[in-house]
Amino acid sequence: MPDLLIELFSEEIPARMQARAAADLKRLVTDGLVEAGLTYASAGAFHTPRRLALSVEGLSSESPDTREERKGPKVGAPDKAIEGFCRGAGVDRTALEVRDTGKAQVYFAVIAHKGRPAPDIVAEVLDHTVRHFPWPKSMRWGAGALRWVRPLQSILCLLTDEDGAQIVPLEIDGINAGNTTRGHRFMAPDAFAVTSFEDYEAKLKQAKVLLRAEERADHIRQEAVNLAFAAGLELVEDPGLLAEVAGLVEWPVVLMGEIDADFLHLPPEVLQTSMKEHQKFFSLRDKTGQITRFVTVANIAAPDGGSTILAGNQKVLAARLADARFFWDNDLRVARAGMQDWCDGLGAVTFHAKLGSQAERVTRIAALAREIAPHVGADPEQAQEAARIAKADLRSEMVGEFPELQGVMGRYYALEAGRSPEVADACRDHWKPMGQDDDVPSAPVSVAVALADKIDTLTGFWAIDEKPTGSKDPYALRRAALGVIRLLLAKQNKLSIQLLVATAHGSLTESFSREDRLCGRAENGNFKMLENFLTDFDETDPDYYVRISKDGGLGEDNHFRLRNSADVQEDLLAFFHDRLKVHLRGAGIRHDVIDACLAMEGADDLTLLVKRAEALETFLRTEDGENLIQGFKRANNILTQAEDADGVEYSFGADIRFAEDAAETALFAALDDADTRITPAMAAEDFAGAMAAMAGLRAPIDAFFEQVQINADSAVLRRNRLNLLSRIRTTCLAVADLRRIEG
Amino acid sequence: MADAPRQTRPRSFQEVILRLQSYWAAQGCAVLQPYDMEVGAGTFHPATTLRSLGTRPWAAAYVQPSRRPTDGRYGDNPNRLQHYYQFQVLIKPSPPDLQDLYLGSLQAIGIDMAHHDIRFVEDDWESPTLGAWGLGWEVWCDGMEVSQFTYFQQVGGHDCHPVSGELTYGLERLAMYVLGIDHVMEMPFNAPDAAQPLTYGDVFRQTEAEYSRWNFDVADTEVLLRHFEEAEAECARILDRPAEDPVTGRRIVMAHPAYDQCIKASHIFNLLDARGVISVTERQAYIGRVRALAKLCADAFVQTEAGGAAA
Repeated sequence: MPDLLIELFSEEIPARMQARAAADLKRLVTDGLVEAGLTYASAGAFHTPRRLALSVEGLSSESPDTREERKGPKVGAPDKAIEGFCRGAGVDRTALEVRDTGKAQVYFAVIAHKGRPAPDIVAEVLDHTVRHFPWPKSMRWGAGALRWVRPLQSILCLLTDEDGAQIVPLEIDGINAGNTTRGHRFMAPDAFAVTSFEDYEAKLKQAKVLLRAEERADHIRQEAVNLAFAAGLELVEDPGLLAEVAGLVEWPVVLMGEIDADFLHLPPEVLQTSMKEHQKFFSLRDKTGQITRFVTVANIAAPDGGSTILAGNQKVLAARLADARFFWDNDLRVARAGMQDWCDGLGAVTFHAKLGSQAERVTRIAALAREIAPHVGADPEQAQEAARIAKADLRSEMVGEFPELQGVMGRYYALEAGRSPEVADACRDHWKPMGQDDDVPSAPVSVAVALADKIDTLTGFWAIDEKPTGSKDPYALRRAALGVIRLLLAKQNKLSIQLLVATAHGSLTESFSREDRLCGRAENGNFKMLENFLTDFDETDPDYYVRISKDGGLGEDNHFRLRNSADVQEDLLAFFHDRLKVHLRGAGIRHDVIDACLAMEGADDLTLLVKRAEALETFLRTEDGENLIQGFKRANNILTQAEDADGVEYSFGADIRFAEDAAETALFAALDDADTRITPAMAAEDFAGAMAAMAGLRAPIDAFFEQVQINADSAVLRRNRLNLLSRIRTTCLAVADLRRIEG
Repeated sequence: MADAPRQTRPRSFQEVILRLQSYWAAQGCAVLQPYDMEVGAGTFHPATTLRSLGTRPWAAAYVQPSRRPTDGRYGDNPNRLQHYYQFQVLIKPSPPDLQDLYLGSLQAIGIDMAHHDIRFVEDDWESPTLGAWGLGWEVWCDGMEVSQFTYFQQVGGHDCHPVSGELTYGLERLAMYVLGIDHVMEMPFNAPDAAQPLTYGDVFRQTEAEYSRWNFDVADTEVLLRHFEEAEAECARILDRPAEDPVTGRRIVMAHPAYDQCIKASHIFNLLDARGVISVTERQAYIGRVRALAKLCADAFVQTEAGGAAA
C-alpha cells in the first residue's frame, strides 16, 4: 500500500485563501482517486504561504479489473447494427455471447476493463485538479495558459512504498513533477529531495518551514502570551488575525514592540484597529484595559534578534498612529462643539437614492425611538436625543478611516459632547446585534434606538419594494429583521410588529412631504409642472412620490410609487415570521409548531408567539401531548368528513342529556373542566397552563373513541356526538392550531 | 535570488534612483525616461499601459514623476506629496524568476535580506480609469509597503497575452526608509558632502506649497471642465480618422496621440476632484468616461505594429 505525497509550490498565496485551497486539494484529489477505483486509508492537507501539500496514506497500488456487460441487438438483426454495436463496445464480433432473455436471443458484449496502476491514476487526477482548481480568483503568468492563484513554480508528486519513493511522471504546462521542494525563501532557499511525507515535514522544519498552520498559529499565540506575561500585560485575543498572520509566514518569529507614549491616550479600540488593519499587529493591554504594546510576527530569524525589523515596524506604526491621532484631535473639536457639523453633514450623505439622506433617516428614527421608548422602559426624551446623534460619527474622520469603528467612536464623541452615559451607550450599541453571535443590547435607551433604526430600514426598503431575493441581500435586511427579533425576545417585549411598521411608514411618508427639496405627494401643487417630464406620472395616485435631487435631476430613482402602509405591514410581518422560523429552528422548535402558533391571533407580537410555540413544543414532547394530538386529529378528521358529506357544520348543541355512555358523559365533564381552565389561562398568556388543561382531555378522548360509536344508528345520537367532536376541536384550537402539526 | 554582493547603503535620494536604474539596466531592461505629461502614476506611461498589450516582448524601466493633487499638504506632511516619483519596471512576458529579480533590486539599494522581514502580502491591483486589473502583492519591508508587484491580466478591456509583470516603487518612501529619514523634505537629494548639498525640501518644498494652493483653491474649474471635454472629443476624433494616411499613403493608426488625450483627461479629472467639484455620483461617471477613452486607445494600439498586429 503506497503513500502519496503532493506539493504544489507557488509564489505567495493570499492568506485568506489558503485553508480553503488545502481542503479543496484534498477533496478533489481523493474524490478523483476513489472515482478511478483506488482506495485509501487516510488523507491530510497542509498549507503555507508558498505551498499546498497533500498526504494520502495507504493508497491501493492499482485499481481492480472490472467487467462490464452490454446488451446489444437481437440475433438476426441487420449486420450493420451488430457491427456498430461491436465498434461501440470495442469487442470482436466473434467474442459476442448470445443469451436468451426469455423474449428473444440477444447478443451481449462482455468488456473486461483492466485495472490501472496508481501512478497513472494519480497523474491524471492531479493534472485535472490543477487545471480546474476552484480558486476564488486566479491568474495567468508569463506566456503560459495555466491558471493558478499566483505563478505555480514546481510540483512534487511521490508514491512511496517498501521499495522506496517513486516520482509520479506528470507534466502540466511545462512543469515536470519531481521529488524536490524548497525551504524558507530567505533562510533556506535551496532545493532538496524528499522520500516520504515524514521526511518532507522533517526536512521542511530543518529548512525553516513549519508545514502545519495550526502549529504556526499555536506558536504565535503562545509566544505572544509569554511576551505579554513577562511584561505584565495581556494579549487581546483575535482568532481571525491569528489565522491570517499564520498564513503570512512559514517561520514565525514573534516580536514585541512599544507604542510611542504620544499615542497612548487614544482609545484602545482605535489603537487596536489601526494596528490590526494596517500592520497586522496584535494588541497587548494592561490591567486597566489600555493598550500599551504590540506584537508583530516576522517571517525570519534575523541575526540581530529582530531589532532592525522591530525598529522598522515601530516607525511605520508611529506614522499610522500619527494619522489616527490627527483624526481623533480633529474629531474631538467637532464633538466638543456639540457635533452639529456632523449632524448637518448627514444631509449630504445619501442613504439610498429613494429613501433619502442619512439626515432624513435620523429624523425618522428619532421620532420612532420616541414612540418605542415607553414600551421598552426608556425615557422618550433620551431615546429621541440618542437617535438624533447616533449616526453622527459616520461623518467623523476616524470612522471615515476605519468604518468598523462606527458606534464605538460615536460613544466617545457623545461623552465628549457632554451627553449622558445612557445616550452615549445607545450611540455605540444601536447598531447591534450585527450578527447571529453579536450581543443584544439591554439598556432601555439603546434598545429603543436599535429597534427604531432597524424598523425604519426594513419599512423603507419594503416600501420601495427592494426586498432580499434568494442569496441577494445587499442591505443586510435579513440581519436587521433577526436583530429586531432578538431585541424583542431578549426583553420579552410585547410590541406589535404591525404597529411599529405602521409608525415607521407614517414617518417615511411624512419625511417625504416635509423635506423642502422634495416635492412630496402628488397632491402638492408644485407638482403640476412635472407632468410634462414624467410620462408615467399619475397625479391621482396618493402613493406616487417625486423627489427632486440637489442637482435637479429626475432620474429613475427620483420618482416612484411607494407601497402603502397596509401592504408593507402584511408583507413585512410575513418576512419576520420567516426569519423567526429560522431563528427558532436553531433553538430546536419545529417549523410545524411555529405554523400552528402563527395561525393564532396576536401573531404580530413575536414574544407572545414564541411563548406559545415554546409551550407547545414542550407539550408535544410529553406522552399526553403526543397522544392528545392523535385524539384531536381523529376527532377533526371524522368531523371534517361528516361535515363535508352532510354539508352542515356541527358546531353547536352537544347536549349531555343525549349522552348514553359513561365515556361520553366523562368527556362532557372533561371539556367543561378544560374550558374553565383554558379560558383564563389564555387570557393570562399562561400557555403552559392552558396546555396542561388540554392534556387532561387525552384520557377522556381516548376512552370516548374506544367505547363510543360516533356513527350511531340514531340520527340524534350521531349529531350529538359530532357536535361533541366539534367541542374538542374548538377547545383545542383555542390554544393553538393543532391541525398544522405534522405526524 | 540573484547573488548580489552586499551593498553599502545609498546616501541620497538620487543614489537610490541611480542604483535602481543600473540594476534593471543590468537585468536587460531598456531604461526609458519619464513621459512628458502629467500623470497620476507610472502605470500611465505608454511604456506600461500600451506596451503591456499585444504579443511583442518588452522590458523597460523608468522613473515617472506622478501627480496626485488631493495628496497635497503644502510641503508640511512628512510623507504626503502632490508631486512624487515612482520607479516602474515592466517586463513582458513576466520571467519565472521575477520575484528573485525584484529582491535583487532591494539588495542593490542596500536592503540586507537577512536583517529585514520581506513579505509578499496579497494586494490585487485595479485601475478603473484604465480598465485594467492584475493580481499580485504589496511588498512589505519590516511592515512598510515598499513596492507594488502585479501580474497584469487585463488592460484597456483587453486580456493580456502574454502577461506582463509590473513593479512599482514609491521612491520617496522607499528612499526615506533606506536612508533612515523621517521627513521627506529633510532627505538628501544629492550627496550630503557635495559642494552644493541639496535636500528634497530645497528642491520641492516651495513647489509643493504652490501647487497645493493652486490644486485646492485656485485652479479654474470652468476651464478644467472645458479641457476635459476637449481632450475627450479630441481623443475620439483622432481615432475616428481612417488608418490610411492620405498624405503618405501609409497605414498610420494614431494610438499614441489619442492616448495622450486620455492621459490629459485623466489628470484633469484628478484636478477637478481635488477642487471638490465632483460629487460622489458624478465621480463614477467621469471615471467611466476616462475608461472609455483608455479602451478606445487600447483597441487602436493592438491594431498597430508595436501592438502586435502584422505589419
